[in-house]
Amino acid sequence: MDPSLILRVSAPLLLWVPMVVSLYLLIRGHNDPGGGFVGGLVASAGLVFYAISRGQEAALRAMRLPPATWCGIGLLAALGSGLLAWLDPAAGFLTHRWWFPDIGFKLPLGTALVFDIGVYLTVVGTVTAMVFALVGEEAR
Amino acid sequence: MMAVLDIALILPLGVGLLAAGLAARLRGHRAAVAGSVAAALGLLVYLLVSIGAGGSVPATPFWAVPSLGIDGGLRLDGLSLLFVLLITGIGALVLLYAGRYLQGDPRLTRLVVLLLVFMVSMLGAVTADDVITLFVFWELTSIASFFLVGYDHEKPAARKAALQALLITGGGGLALLAGLILVAVAAGTTSLSGIIAAREAVLAHPAAVPAMLLVLLGCFTKSAQFPFHFWLPNAMAAPTPVSAYLHSATMVKLGVYLLARLNPVYQTEALWQDLLTGAGLLTAATGALLALRETDLKRVLAHTTVTALGTLVLLIGIAPDLAATAAVTFLLVHALYKAALFLVAGILDHETGTRDASALGGLRGAMPWTAAAAVLAAFSMAGLPPFVGFVAKEIVYEAKLAAGGAAAVVAGIGFLVNAAMVAVAGLLSWRIFFGPQRPTPRVPHDPPKSMLAGPVLLAGLGLLAGAAPGLVGALLLDGAAAAILGRPVDVPLKLWHGFTPVLALSAATIGLGLLILLGWGRLMPRLRGVSAVDRLGPSRGYEHALAGLVAWADGTTRTVQHGSLRGYMRTLLLVAAVAPLAVLVARGGLDLPAGVGLDARAFAFGLIALGAVATAMARSTFAAVMAVGLVGFGTALVFLMHGAPDVALTQFTVEVLLVVILATVLIRLPVQRRDVRVPRQRVGDAAVALVLGGSVAALLLAVLAAPFDPRLGVWFGENSVPGGYGRNVVNVILVDFRALDTLGEIAVLAIAAFAVIALLRGAARPLRPGS
Repeated sequence: MDPSLILRVSAPLLLWVPMVVSLYLLIRGHNDPGGGFVGGLVASAGLVFYAISRGQEAALRAMRLPPATWCGIGLLAALGSGLLAWLDPAAGFLTHRWWFPDIGFKLPLGTALVFDIGVYLTVVGTVTAMVFALVGEEAR
Repeated sequence: MMAVLDIALILPLGVGLLAAGLAARLRGHRAAVAGSVAAALGLLVYLLVSIGAGGSVPATPFWAVPSLGIDGGLRLDGLSLLFVLLITGIGALVLLYAGRYLQGDPRLTRLVVLLLVFMVSMLGAVTADDVITLFVFWELTSIASFFLVGYDHEKPAARKAALQALLITGGGGLALLAGLILVAVAAGTTSLSGIIAAREAVLAHPAAVPAMLLVLLGCFTKSAQFPFHFWLPNAMAAPTPVSAYLHSATMVKLGVYLLARLNPVYQTEALWQDLLTGAGLLTAATGALLALRETDLKRVLAHTTVTALGTLVLLIGIAPDLAATAAVTFLLVHALYKAALFLVAGILDHETGTRDASALGGLRGAMPWTAAAAVLAAFSMAGLPPFVGFVAKEIVYEAKLAAGGAAAVVAGIGFLVNAAMVAVAGLLSWRIFFGPQRPTPRVPHDPPKSMLAGPVLLAGLGLLAGAAPGLVGALLLDGAAAAILGRPVDVPLKLWHGFTPVLALSAATIGLGLLILLGWGRLMPRLRGVSAVDRLGPSRGYEHALAGLVAWADGTTRTVQHGSLRGYMRTLLLVAAVAPLAVLVARGGLDLPAGVGLDARAFAFGLIALGAVATAMARSTFAAVMAVGLVGFGTALVFLMHGAPDVALTQFTVEVLLVVILATVLIRLPVQRRDVRVPRQRVGDAAVALVLGGSVAALLLAVLAAPFDPRLGVWFGENSVPGGYGRNVVNVILVDFRALDTLGEIAVLAIAAFAVIALLRGAARPLRPGS
């Protein structure tokens, strides 16, 4: 069952639009609806679409690293953001730290974002790993 | 000072483990020598600790868990010291012996390591002053025994025997754990000395009798009491040094040790006395009878060990001063002569090529040293003067005659059992080493010195101790007997008691024993002919129980894991439906919320209902997937309209992904695209669906009816910005307030992904036939 011409042509669009949307959801998540989990799901949906239209090989190339590796990077990022808490010996594991550098306005930067990026990457890695394994070109 | 003693008490355990590690790097004979030296060092340290402290030494090791009330203490008192000396002393000799006995065997190093691990476990068990520590070491000895019995693991008989020993002692171990916990709860402490001090509380506890019975079960299985005695002869599948060490001198006496330890608590209880006396008597008699119908030397010795264990349990059950002294004396004596005889049996097997008692004879000339050791040990076993075995037998008879109401029965059976022991002793010394020499598979000769050292030394000690029984008593046995009674004893050990009724009994025992020995050639085949012993023995019960267990597991696997995916789903869904309903009913039925109404937003529910009906009506799998998607989107709409945009967003995304994934998978996988169920199946599935739907609806209504506590929501709302610098409360909860939960969840996600990859890689076959 080959993908239709329309699908094949629109494939890049189906990849990059969800990607941008997912990053937007990830960044805004702390103050508005969104976040790492939803962002990760949207990104995964984009990658799965791309795999349907252009084949799994192409989707894997677009990801640069294997899905399982993204899972690991995500987990490490989340864990690392928690370990940063010990910059302050009194704080517990996963107590997030915040900085407000003044660049015209006060930009809120916190380790919570690193944590959310970890969630995002883990979700992307998990969903794509499962779907690609199920659909099974990789296994052959 | 305390700290020094602490270290000194733990030191031998450390030395033993260190030696095990060292031995693992050495090959064969050298490993055995290293182990032997370590055992001797352990002996020395314990002796020094005991002499240095004079009596009872407590210690608090590093593995204490104060938060669970487990102080993990060690203590060295008279009873422990007696065991420690046997464990390290016989251990050193056995390791030396094993190095030569199994020379050239590539697995010798492993045997040495296992023996050392076993030694450490035994030392820990008999010096533990904490029931949990004791239990852990107790179980370690069972595990070490499993590996040692199964040493010849390529032989089915060895594997079977190893498993049998493990299942019986391990099963008893579970009972023991339960019993010890009950006792510790009743006493309010896990410390053995604390439990003894709190004996009134232990006895007054409502569960006192069950606790005692559970502990007894543990001790009886470990020490091979009737009806669990059969594992011990079967454990003779182990190499002979192992049998000598574990299954005669040390491990099987661990049950006796714990009975002796707890005797101060229970000694006044009639049930305790009766059970110990009864089990001991029955075990001793069974062992003696079975010993006479065997010809394999090791099995003969194993049955006499069962007899000895029965006698020890019996003596603890009688337990006034005389019996306590008798028990510890007999314990020491038995360990000395039985280990020596086992080692002799090993030498015979090794040097002649057979250990069939009826095939051996007249070996005195060919193996003079072995013969000397065997005769010395056998005389001690038979209880002939001037051996320490005689001292022990005299005092055992005295204790039995003083056993109150049952004295006649106890002493009578004891007399017959002892006569049988005399006969077996004669069999092992006279028949094998004297009389006409019989041809053997190998030309017999004395073994090298390292194999002779053990039996000669142990048998010689039996003679020496017999020469100065008072000294042995004062140095070693009085302290041990005092621990059994919980107070000092004063029973002097003497070789010569004068012309007493006990002496006459001894003489009669030897006479009867000699008669049995003379008639053994005719008696043994007759006893073997009684096939009822094999057909009706408890060993058959074990086989039936094991077979039954396997059949039961087989049956449950077939019923529960039938392999039908549809069946699994049905079971899962019905359980998910019935469990909440059961809780609702148990809590007094369904409360309906007041004032449920519909407003303009209800069209979303219409969407959900439409999706549900369409799913049920769908004839193709694809249509069903799409229709289920409709239900999901409807749900997302409900979330959106009720102020949960985050949840709605996630729900939308999940629905999209789900539909895409299902569709992709359905295209690729060889599944039925059409609904092929017959009407009856459809009705059944509909029923399951209705039950589940009804259950969920009831549950949701019940949730709505319950009063709502908003405190959590209010707190998160108030603290989201000042605490987490974020206005999206849901996200702040996820990444900050409950970040650890989220970390756990994404870890689970990753694990699931890896599991899926591994599973599908495992089934690496074309998923789309024909492509």
